[in-house]
Amino acid sequence: MQNHRVVITGLGVCAPNGVGVPAFKEAIETGKSGIRFYSELEKLKFSCQIGGMPLISEAVKSNYFTPLQLRNFNAAGILYGVAAGVEAWRDAGLEISDEQCDFDSGTIFGVGTLGVDKYRESIYKVDEGNTRRLGSTSVQQTMSSGVSAYLGGMLGLGNLVTTNSSACTTGTEAVFLAYERIKAGKAKRMLAGSTSDGGPYVWCGFDALRILPSKYNDKPAKASRPMDADASGFVPGSGAGALVLETLESAQKRGATIYAEIIGGHSNSGGQRQEGSMTAPNPIAVKRCITEAVQDAGISATEIDAINGHLTATSKDDLEIENWSEALGRSGMDFPYINSLKGMTGHCLAASGSIECVASVLQLKHQFLFPNINLERLHPAIAERVAESRIPKVKTPAKLNILAKASFGFGDVNCCLIFKKFQ
Amino acid sequence: MNQEIYPKLTEIITPYLPEDVDPQSIEPSSHLVNDLNINSTHLVDIVLDVEDAFDITIEDDELDKMDTVEASIALIEQKLEAR
Repeated sequence: MQNHRVVITGLGVCAPNGVGVPAFKEAIETGKSGIRFYSELEKLKFSCQIGGMPLISEAVKSNYFTPLQLRNFNAAGILYGVAAGVEAWRDAGLEISDEQCDFDSGTIFGVGTLGVDKYRESIYKVDEGNTRRLGSTSVQQTMSSGVSAYLGGMLGLGNLVTTNSSACTTGTEAVFLAYERIKAGKAKRMLAGSTSDGGPYVWCGFDALRILPSKYNDKPAKASRPMDADASGFVPGSGAGALVLETLESAQKRGATIYAEIIGGHSNSGGQRQEGSMTAPNPIAVKRCITEAVQDAGISATEIDAINGHLTATSKDDLEIENWSEALGRSGMDFPYINSLKGMTGHCLAASGSIECVASVLQLKHQFLFPNINLERLHPAIAERVAESRIPKVKTPAKLNILAKASFGFGDVNCCLIFKKFQ
Repeated sequence: MNQEIYPKLTEIITPYLPEDVDPQSIEPSSHLVNDLNINSTHLVDIVLDVEDAFDITIEDDELDKMDTVEASIALIEQKLEAR
């Protein structure tokens, strides 16, 4: 059976530094931070009192939800996912029929933790013996697949409608799974994305792990410092990203705008063996994931022009660089350009992969590299491997043909995608 | 028809109407699900709103009695009298 070529025809995003693709594109070009101080975290005695949450007005909400859907609605992750997902669908120029479902279109929309605030509200009522007063929508707002369920109904999707979950790999994995489904001819169009709630009840576990920065509460925009010598932990974020993936035939038949092509990818796990654990990656598996993705794309490692890394701003950034360098067999001036979005958005957890895929595709489409903000003094172990000029500190126009994007997550899981400028 | 309960009840029902159902079309004989096309899962929300608005409690086995607007009013009246 002949494989289908898979292209990206729609983008949507709901990020801490920009809601909607136009605002987000401007934010990443200008290096705008979306990290803010939250007095609620201070009140709750968090050591890290900063984070990234998209700013969504009531007007934007009513653009995507009916007043009835917003009654007793308290699931930020669904709000972000719906805003990004519907934006991507509209951006692709796809029609939404009120009458029939479209069996050729589906969604894989991932989550980490969903509906936490609604869950908390419900738990209080349940513990007071008031379960009967929960209302009719607490199930759909707290089930993991809530976001794909809302989107499936809003868009009338009739193909696979599901949610994947693999911690911080989730978003990239959703795109990879959707890519594979279309490539195999099982769907013509898939909305791929991921979302994550934010706030104290999602971020608490990370604060307890002491892996968030605690010394930047008075200067939030400076806190997230991927690859910097002073990186002291990741800043928690939230939001959603979404991409419409489509067969090339379908896109061309519709006369759709094509942002980029996905030419390959790979997903694996390090099995929490060797140096891998629940929270640390097995470098053998990370490198294998990258090389398998390159092989799947049918390219040589030398053809990669740029990398959008996972690079969270913890002490593991230099290990990630080492893995990329060894997997691709490239270093110094020969290393591809590399950047991390997390300097601006923080680590949007399950949403990070999809938001970063949107940023990656924008870079390919518009031929630029967004700046690594807060990178002032390159970590010495990284400087040993990669020439500093390969890590842009300001927005840089660049001729990009192939971009590799990877995400890694708790549970020792990895995913790498290879995007190509469409021609 | 109870002229105090009726307007309060139609106000409660209105947000649950599908977009293509005009609130003006609500009549005493309207069946909430069959005539007004209200999604049946929302009946539990209407019950909660009614309980709050009239300060009464509607038992689970009384839900069936709230099928039409006038039947709902009768149940509310009965609950208010028993208070």
